[in-house]
Amino acid sequence: MTTADKRAAGTGTSAEGAPAAAPDEAPTSAPRRGPAPGAGPMARMMGGPIDKSLNFKGSGKRLLAQMRPERGIIAVALLLGVLSVALTVVGPRVLGRATDLIMAGIVGRRLPEGITKAQAADHLRAHGQGGLADMLGTMPVVPGHGIDFGAVGTVLVGAAAIYISAALFGFVQARIATRVVQRTVFRMRQQVEEKLARLPLSYFDKQQRGEVLSRATNDIDNIQQTLQQTLSQIMVSVLTILGVLLMMFWISPLLALVALVTVPVSVLVAARIGKRAQPQFVQQWKTTGKLNAHIEEMYTGHSLVKVFGRGRESAELFREQNEALYAAGFKAQFISGIIQPAMMFIGNLNYVLVAVIGGLRVASGALSIGDVQAFIQYSRQFSQPLTQVASMANLVQSGVASAERVFELLDAGEQAPDPERPVRPDEVRGRVAFEDVSFRYVENKPLIDGLSLAVHPGQTVAIVGPTGAGKTTLVNLLMRFYEVSGGRITLDGVDIAGMSREELRGNIGMVLQDTWLFGGTIAENIAYGAPEGTSLDKVVEAARATHVDRFVRTLPEGYDTVIDEEGANVSAGEKQLITIARAFLAEPAILVLDEATSSVDTRTEVLIQHAMAQLRTGRTSFVIAHRLSTIRDADVILVMENGAIVEQGSHDALLAVGGAYARLYAAQFAEAVAETE
Amino acid sequence: MMAYASAGPAPGRFRQRLSAERGVSGTDRRNSVAEGKCSHRLPDVLVRLARVHLRPYRRSIALIVLLQLIQTLATLYLPTLNADIIDNGVVKGDTGYIFRVGGFMIAVTALQVVCAVTAVYFGARTAMALGRDIRAAVFDQVQSFSAREVGAFGAPSLITRTTNDVQQVQMLVLMTFTMMVSAPIMCVGGIVMALNQDAPLSALLLVIVPVLGILVSLIVRRMRPLFRGVQTRIDTVNRVLREQITGIRVIRAFVRDRHERERFGAANTDLYDVSLRAGRLMSMMFPLVMLIVNLSSVAVVWFGGLRIGGGRMEIGALTAFLSYLMYILMSIMMATFMVMMLPRAEVCAERIQEVLATDSSVTPPAHPVTALRRHGELELRNVEFRFPGAEQPVLKDVSLVARPGETTAVIGSTGSGKSTLLGLVPRLFDATGGAVLVDGEDVRTLDQETLATVIGLVPQKPYLFSGTVASNLRYGNPEATDDELWHALETAQARDFVERMDGGLDAAIAQGGSNVSGGQRQRLAIARALVRKPEIYLFDDSFSALDYATDAALRAALSRETDRATVVIVAQRVATIRGADRIVVLDEGRIVGTGTHTELMAGNETYREIVLSQLTEQEAA
Repeated sequence: MTTADKRAAGTGTSAEGAPAAAPDEAPTSAPRRGPAPGAGPMARMMGGPIDKSLNFKGSGKRLLAQMRPERGIIAVALLLGVLSVALTVVGPRVLGRATDLIMAGIVGRRLPEGITKAQAADHLRAHGQGGLADMLGTMPVVPGHGIDFGAVGTVLVGAAAIYISAALFGFVQARIATRVVQRTVFRMRQQVEEKLARLPLSYFDKQQRGEVLSRATNDIDNIQQTLQQTLSQIMVSVLTILGVLLMMFWISPLLALVALVTVPVSVLVAARIGKRAQPQFVQQWKTTGKLNAHIEEMYTGHSLVKVFGRGRESAELFREQNEALYAAGFKAQFISGIIQPAMMFIGNLNYVLVAVIGGLRVASGALSIGDVQAFIQYSRQFSQPLTQVASMANLVQSGVASAERVFELLDAGEQAPDPERPVRPDEVRGRVAFEDVSFRYVENKPLIDGLSLAVHPGQTVAIVGPTGAGKTTLVNLLMRFYEVSGGRITLDGVDIAGMSREELRGNIGMVLQDTWLFGGTIAENIAYGAPEGTSLDKVVEAARATHVDRFVRTLPEGYDTVIDEEGANVSAGEKQLITIARAFLAEPAILVLDEATSSVDTRTEVLIQHAMAQLRTGRTSFVIAHRLSTIRDADVILVMENGAIVEQGSHDALLAVGGAYARLYAAQFAEAVAETE
Repeated sequence: MMAYASAGPAPGRFRQRLSAERGVSGTDRRNSVAEGKCSHRLPDVLVRLARVHLRPYRRSIALIVLLQLIQTLATLYLPTLNADIIDNGVVKGDTGYIFRVGGFMIAVTALQVVCAVTAVYFGARTAMALGRDIRAAVFDQVQSFSAREVGAFGAPSLITRTTNDVQQVQMLVLMTFTMMVSAPIMCVGGIVMALNQDAPLSALLLVIVPVLGILVSLIVRRMRPLFRGVQTRIDTVNRVLREQITGIRVIRAFVRDRHERERFGAANTDLYDVSLRAGRLMSMMFPLVMLIVNLSSVAVVWFGGLRIGGGRMEIGALTAFLSYLMYILMSIMMATFMVMMLPRAEVCAERIQEVLATDSSVTPPAHPVTALRRHGELELRNVEFRFPGAEQPVLKDVSLVARPGETTAVIGSTGSGKSTLLGLVPRLFDATGGAVLVDGEDVRTLDQETLATVIGLVPQKPYLFSGTVASNLRYGNPEATDDELWHALETAQARDFVERMDGGLDAAIAQGGSNVSGGQRQRLAIARALVRKPEIYLFDDSFSALDYATDAALRAALSRETDRATVVIVAQRVATIRGADRIVVLDEGRIVGTGTHTELMAGNETYREIVLSQLTEQEAA
């Protein structure tokens, strides 16, 4: 299933909202990718694919609930926002007063001094200026007097004061909002990370890692962006819309109604165009996906394309898809691009209507000229936050969808907590016993059944068997990455289920086939399992014992060489050696080794083998064996098939039996022996 | 091409050798660009890229500018008409005039919307065409690259450059055409109209515009490094999380949960701090701009009032002037917005340009030879291969002949140059010294497709394309019949599992072949090469993921299948190559021995060492 199917590209169709799915339908395991990398504001602007949430309301509420600890300062921010918007909204009205004063001055100057307004009106009518006479009613005219600059100045100082305080309040409000958002996201990140630590390993094995990672990183990033861009803005926009409406009705209900009519018209037009644009966007994203997949394949398989001489076909397909993307992209961008001019057109029509009707009203004396001026300013302020809120609908939707995915992660079942009062062996010597252990991932499908095994301190146990036989599962149970479904495992007589995981794992060192180094220096990576403050001398000592020292010294920065994310500056074999040094330095009583070294060159392999042997001496070791030497030297060889130990014993004894081990040995190892003979 | 030797960090010899061998990783390069080392000359790159690729659309662009001009002027005309309504209609009480001018205003508005929509039409078309063209240019360029350039950039980086980066540039151009073109027109037009209303009052603009410009650019300038800081910290937090998720077993095994918690906490706190600082600066922006705009209105009313009082200006001009002021300030805001978006697109353009400016180290011959004897004789004559800027060559003075019907094996430790050696044959790389000859012809003179038909390569990392088993097998030979496919699968020991797959030959293969196991992928890749029936087989460590039994069976079947072909096998495992007619031992890029297994065991120290390293002394005895 492609992600595109699950996404609906959207512009202006927010009104349709999210499909109302029952919350219990939310799948927890359906792999869904987070927002595409690089889906920044630009991608949104072009109507990028928006994930729709399954339960918009619930997840949205929960996202808001994440801000609960901040509710105190949110209230303050809200109050400041109201103040700021109220003042901003009053501003034009006050400015309009000043215009009226100026207008009155012009008219008043032309009138004889000392008469009343009524007389002045009569005077004007007598001079054939009936229109102007009607206007006097709304004007603070003093006949015979010019513009009262004292009064104008006072009004303007007031206006300036209003604007300055509005800006101040607005600034503080935005600052608080920033803080709220950042703190909320900080907490969510913290929650996710803590959650990851409490999730059982089975969660990571079942889920795709990329999927978990995407929730922990991309989705949280997306939430941060969404909250940052919408929270404060939506608040201000909504308040502004309300405030402006109020003012418009106050000035002139008639004009306000005219302006209001344009709202549903705008919404309707935007929705209409949006609906037409949507399939084009879907098409655009489909073709983008196809083209990108082709590019990805052709680049990743670049040398194959060359070697198999398929460059022409590849280019042909590219050209076809590129052309399709052009066609789809052009349509989508054109249709959605009409929205803005259309909105502007409606805005302009509104402007003309206000100018004409306002002009008529002024002429009839029902409205002052300052009022019209203020009204024009208001109608501009009105449409802007409207479009802003509309454009944020998509953003909010994608943010809530991300939040939903993060909540799914946060709601995943956790591993059982450690026992209240954990037990611990008096002395860890390395005696391990599996007593009738069974384990299953899925009910009725036992993976390990009735497995018993006793290992004495210092013994080496080699585990062999085909892939899927349960070799790794055995180790996972010992490490308590998974919990047994039946029976028990003991360490020096103590049931490991009664121990704290920390205590148990502290006694076991592990070297995995899949080497893992973190972004830090080589020294830090070696010291990873050792107690804090382990001296460099000890690190070097461990490195020397495991053949790490030699190659580290050839690096220009030695132990301070930083290993980058992919560990690209150190070869695979060298990485393996570092992980061995790490286990060595941890000085565990028990060792778990996965030997496979398929990608390592043969000389490094010798070193690794020596290092592993060094590591094993005097320790109880479980080795998932791939090498003859380990198998021969092992005290006990476990041959596993289908989750059960089918044979158990020493190399010679098992060969003598001539069973499963003998067959396996003949198939896998005999030839290697034969070839040097 | 020399660019990336100097682009990457170059501390010391070792790193250099490594980076030459593996190629400076794409992320390194990306960082070096993203960190803005060359940000001073970045705009040039964007302009250059756009200019070159916009050339075919000159006419459309001229039309867009014209339409935007008309559209903007129409918008600007409205306040003047409004002033007219007030001065000549309202003040004089002439309702007929109000209606007439009102009607005219609607006509102007209609003209405006028609021009705007047409401009969007051509803008979208041109921008999308530009994106298409640049994408095609980058794709073609990458297709011409040798494995060396692809390795140096890294496939993921090249993918990003072709898809995301092109898209960013395309969006910027689109926004420029549909919105930004009108900003300067609006600004200049607004100023002209303001002057037209009242020239002395326009002197106010001399104060307001610079103040707004300076304040906004000051904030933007301070914001940029903060935003970059936020981004790097987000990257850090995400990196820590990624490490925690991928390394979860190790973290739990070594009981480092607490340490990891602290590490994450520190990174998260750091991110919070910087985000907060950036956010605070941002929160200053909007109120400040609004304040300037509003105070300007106050100033306009005051000074305008003075002029009206002096009888030098009409009242309608005041309202119009306020509108023009808004337009001017809006256009400045829009321009600022554009400037803020530029850096990102600049980086993208730079990254695209880097690809376009990189020449392939493997160039097609001017007069390609298409006639080939097609025996499959392969010869390397004193071949040297050196990455640019590397101190040590990867291959040095390598000479060998592989003949039809023979199996030549190359063995050596990692980094000894084995894979590079194979890559020289199909010209994934070109030798920097000496020559590679196929049937006596230098591969550099051969037609690329002619050369391709004689070679069947099984790469070290078997890559499958999305499609079906059959479509992958037919990749090198579209005409192959189903029987031929099954035969190849049987030889490659892949028949069993393909038969078990849902749909058999038509079973779906996911991108990269991720839905089959590593061993299965390897066998399918081998079958793919077999279907091609080439004269020369190149196996690059192609049996590593197979267990010994399968490996042995496969090699037995393979030798029957390829008995008349030239076979070159690169391997780590001694068992894989033991039976070869000739074994070439490679050490640090040089041939240190050639011979059969027995000969080499007797007389070649390096070979003995390699063999013995795979078995203990006691087993070898």
